[in-house]
Amino acid sequence: MNLSEFLQLAWESISGNKLRSLLTMLGIIIGVASVITMVGISAGTEATIEEQITGLGSNLLFVQSSFIRFGPGAGPGSGGDFTAQLRGGLVYDDAFAIADEVEGVAAVVVEQQSSETVKVGNVTLDSVTVLGSTADFPSVRDMQIGEGRYFTDQEVERKQKVAVLGSALAQELFEAADPIGQTVTAGNTKLTVIGVFEERGLVSGVDFDSQLYTPITVVFQKFTPSMFARIRGDNVRMIYVEVENPEVLDSTIEQIELLLAKRHDVTLEEADFTVTTQQDIIETREATTEAFRSLLGWVAGVSLIVGGIGIMNIMLVSVTERTREIGIRQAIGAAPQDIRWQFLTEAVTLSMAGGLIGVLVGVAGSWVFGTLSDMRTVIVTGSILLAFVSAAAVGIFFGFYPANRASQLDPIEALRHE
Amino acid sequence: MSIIQTFELTKTYGMGEIRVRALDGVSLSIDQGEFVAVMGPSGSGKSTLMNILGCLDHPTEGRYILDSVDVSQMNRAELAGVRNARIGFIFQSYNLLPRTSALKNVMAPLLYERNNRRGKEEREAAATQALEAVGLGDRMQHLPQELSGGQQQRVAIARALVNDPAFVLADEPTGNLDSQSGEEILNLLHQLHGQGRTIVMVSHDPEIAAQAQRTIYLRDGRLESITRNGSRARAYARAEVKHEPV
Repeated sequence: MNLSEFLQLAWESISGNKLRSLLTMLGIIIGVASVITMVGISAGTEATIEEQITGLGSNLLFVQSSFIRFGPGAGPGSGGDFTAQLRGGLVYDDAFAIADEVEGVAAVVVEQQSSETVKVGNVTLDSVTVLGSTADFPSVRDMQIGEGRYFTDQEVERKQKVAVLGSALAQELFEAADPIGQTVTAGNTKLTVIGVFEERGLVSGVDFDSQLYTPITVVFQKFTPSMFARIRGDNVRMIYVEVENPEVLDSTIEQIELLLAKRHDVTLEEADFTVTTQQDIIETREATTEAFRSLLGWVAGVSLIVGGIGIMNIMLVSVTERTREIGIRQAIGAAPQDIRWQFLTEAVTLSMAGGLIGVLVGVAGSWVFGTLSDMRTVIVTGSILLAFVSAAAVGIFFGFYPANRASQLDPIEALRHE
Repeated sequence: MSIIQTFELTKTYGMGEIRVRALDGVSLSIDQGEFVAVMGPSGSGKSTLMNILGCLDHPTEGRYILDSVDVSQMNRAELAGVRNARIGFIFQSYNLLPRTSALKNVMAPLLYERNNRRGKEEREAAATQALEAVGLGDRMQHLPQELSGGQQQRVAIARALVNDPAFVLADEPTGNLDSQSGEEILNLLHQLHGQGRTIVMVSHDPEIAAQAQRTIYLRDGRLESITRNGSRARAYARAEVKHEPV
């Protein structure tokens, strides 16, 4: 017999017992479908994150305080005691030092944030993020002003109580009314609205549309006053540095590191800050997704094995049930290898059909998930191919034993079987 | 010319102390075109002999020459090839593949042909011809369960013939049938015999066995006797040929 004839036999047997065939394939279907959906979700999330990070511009450096980053008590010597806090971390003036002394820096932005209750008339919103920054913020973070304007360096220096609203926040506070020139109360501080941003959406998990933007000096003074500020300046979480030429990124990083190490009086090995590029962030993300992927791989592997055992189980039952058929086929001239191929083809056809249905269900599932939720899903061709190949491999592996058993049946015994 | 020759066929079952000799030195010869019946009480070694003649089993000792080929020591795959090419089986319980049409049942042996495999159209044509020869040209797409016992046995006969075997091995072919259907099946066998087919038939019914040219009696694994059944069988066969030349 040739392959197409074996396939036809397999098809006749499978379609002759539809419900059982479907139940047999169920394990494989669920395994493949769930893996494709999960890979789709993870790949979609990854793609979104990558787009957002690259959306920031490839010439951005992130200078972070490492003592804040790791948190007090997170590890030996990383803070938690008074002196470490006093000594560690970036301060506001570091930003100006970088802007003034490092070559090839296009812009520097500092951010400091606080969570405040914001009021306008009788509308009150709790826990609004008040993001203090400097004048270059819109260009560095790629934000477009919709109405009005952003504040200037002079306004930052003079601690002017002005505010720029995210689009969603403006909508919530003022609805249809024009917010420009109106007053909002954040905490106990009255701020004059001078502009509204265009919609920006989620960037790295931060909703830029529902934040309130104000000069960083106002945040230091009104929202996050610090007892250490008088001694060594206001602590900042992060300094964004935009470089003029991305090709000399490495030398810029080195200059920043040397400058800050000198200013903080530390060696580079025990620096209280880190300088990262977007590439670094992407790599970190990739390491995380890689871990997630390998977890998915295990899930996929386990479910395929379970599915395979299901197939083996049913094939063994099927061999017993069809012993007489096997005997008849042997009597009319089927050699052991003919019987083996027949049952192996059936197992592989079952598992691959299960794989195919699983792929369809998985693709549909990803689509439904992507449509119904905010999450983006991506169909990864590689995972489809892999699912398919694994399904076939499972069919061969778990189909071999029953098929071999069928082929070894004694024709006389098999013919006598009821 | 002998189509079947056996020399001192012996089959022993079991190991060590408890050995059962199912067949004990059976030598026989069946000629081309002969119609032979095998009889014997249960436990006589009838089934064992049929299994060996049908190449479903090996003799423990002795030789079996089928159509000038020694098949006694062939392996399972080789025996399958011999069954496929040279033996047509007819069973008491028809043994058709369930959920498979009459036509596909008859085509099944052709699927397992080793040499000069025919294409699908040719196989279908051969199977159609075989079904028409047994008078089931209008039942080809029926499933076994949609056919009467006699019709199912005729499908089985068509299947036995489709490969143009060296001999037909019929194991109690009328055992599951009412007397009228049984009669029809026997007529069909006589008709085949009239066309020159070699037929070996196992039966426990002396009347049916008597329709064959010779009857081989087995007892306790030994050949007890071989009798010639006179002219009745041959007359029967000739009459059939006269009425229905195929």
